[in-house]
Amino acid sequence: MKKLAHLYLVLVMLFLYVPIFVLIVFSFNETKSRSVFSGFTLDWYERLFHNEIIISSLVNTIIIAVLTSIISTILGTLAAIGINSMRKVPKAVVMNITNMPIINPEIVTGVSLMLLFVFFAARMNLEFGFVTLLLAHITFDVPYVILNIMPKFKQMDPHLYEAAQDLGCSPFQAFKKVILPEIMPGIVSGFLIAFTYSLDDFVISYFTSGSTSQTLPITIYSMTRRKISPEINALSTLIFLVVVIVLIVKHLIETRTAKKNGTYKGA
Amino acid sequence: MKQMKIFAAPYLVWMVVFILVPLLMVAYFALTNDEGRFTIQYVSDVGQYANIFVRSIWLALIATVICLIMAYPLAFILSRMDKHKQGTMLLIVMLPMWMNFLLRTYAWMTLLGNNGIINYLFGLVGLGPFKLINTSGAVVLGMVYNYLPFMILPLYSVMVKIDKSVLEAATDLGCNFWNTLFRVIIPLSVPGITSGITMVFVPAISTFIISRMLGGGSNLLIGDLIEMQFLGNAYNPHLGAAISLVLMVIILLIMTVMNQFSPDDQVLI
Repeated sequence: MKKLAHLYLVLVMLFLYVPIFVLIVFSFNETKSRSVFSGFTLDWYERLFHNEIIISSLVNTIIIAVLTSIISTILGTLAAIGINSMRKVPKAVVMNITNMPIINPEIVTGVSLMLLFVFFAARMNLEFGFVTLLLAHITFDVPYVILNIMPKFKQMDPHLYEAAQDLGCSPFQAFKKVILPEIMPGIVSGFLIAFTYSLDDFVISYFTSGSTSQTLPITIYSMTRRKISPEINALSTLIFLVVVIVLIVKHLIETRTAKKNGTYKGA
Repeated sequence: MKQMKIFAAPYLVWMVVFILVPLLMVAYFALTNDEGRFTIQYVSDVGQYANIFVRSIWLALIATVICLIMAYPLAFILSRMDKHKQGTMLLIVMLPMWMNFLLRTYAWMTLLGNNGIINYLFGLVGLGPFKLINTSGAVVLGMVYNYLPFMILPLYSVMVKIDKSVLEAATDLGCNFWNTLFRVIIPLSVPGITSGITMVFVPAISTFIISRMLGGGSNLLIGDLIEMQFLGNAYNPHLGAAISLVLMVIILLIMTVMNQFSPDDQVLI
């Protein structure tokens, strides 16, 4: 049974990793062939770094991800604090609407925002591009921030805040010294999720970007639509490398803090 | 803490303007024509695309079932590993998901292509070339590859909570492997199964990238249809909104059905 389990694990790993490894191998291929490896080269990487469209969309993606995650975290943290102190019914209504962008298919969120922006564009001085992308990214990111913070309130003793005030804290001090430390882990994970989702998003950006402001996923998409270009393989290899490094570092940090605290929850 | 309600105000404005109003606009566009008059023309026009709806539901269903069959044993094996190994293994399983899904789909494009490596290997033994890409099979494969982790994660998170002693008790009381599986493990993992199904089915039924990259022009899905109405040649936002509305209703129905199976509100998103 144990051997069977190992065999199964290996097979699933092969399924998950072989496509990526083939991409990586062929990023060093001399010719554009997708099946025969004819010789080693770094040309595709060099071309990648000289491809202005890719570089500028990468920069654009990072700027949008940074701005989006900062704004969504602030907006979402304030929202979570406010929603938490609402009464039951309004709270349920707000949370249900907040869940919508998470439950709805991305394409529906994308299309609905596109309709809104078209409406604004016709009446105000709004152009599709950087601003619409930013607004769209914040919209689909804030719910994740809120959902990451809300459970922290449940784990917290609501009387602590009152106790702090009884002991002479101003409401602001009580908030800073009691509530904020309790919900901080939720804020941090919300920020990180917002950042990664913004970096990675294609569908919603596709409907809200227009033609002037491209993000990396949109550039990748238009590259796959044109003829074969091994630059994509080179780009995939680099992205894979970044992902591997980031996840290993994250994993190591988590294992270390878990060991320190004497608990281990896994990834 | 009552006075803190005011902090939600900026978000509430945002929520209304960017979540609620856009969704209402989808409904409004679906139910009006260019002059702004009420019509059910576009909603009823959606009926013309019944074949595309059936294909999308069918392919998404097959992909979901394959994901469930593949992920179930995997999640169980992971959940029974030594605690310190679990974290690392889970990391390895989830790692490909952190690559952009366009690149993951592109990887299969190059593998399955007529000049791709799979056909090349077949050629070496004197077989093929086979038509692998631009088939509905390729679309299902793409869905399974992209969404498998969405099935593994919820399954794993319920299975890891099943105590070892529960399984031992079942064995002690005379259950063989299959009995334990069907009478203990599966009933205990129902919340994971239902949320795994929704998390795979919803993106699978509404994708337009996988069908476009791996299905060629002949395997249109609902997502392609919507995209064509908004950004394609067939520009018609009213019809596109109507299709989106129908898609939302289908997904809502499926989620309601799924929620029937998990008694408490354990939706793992």
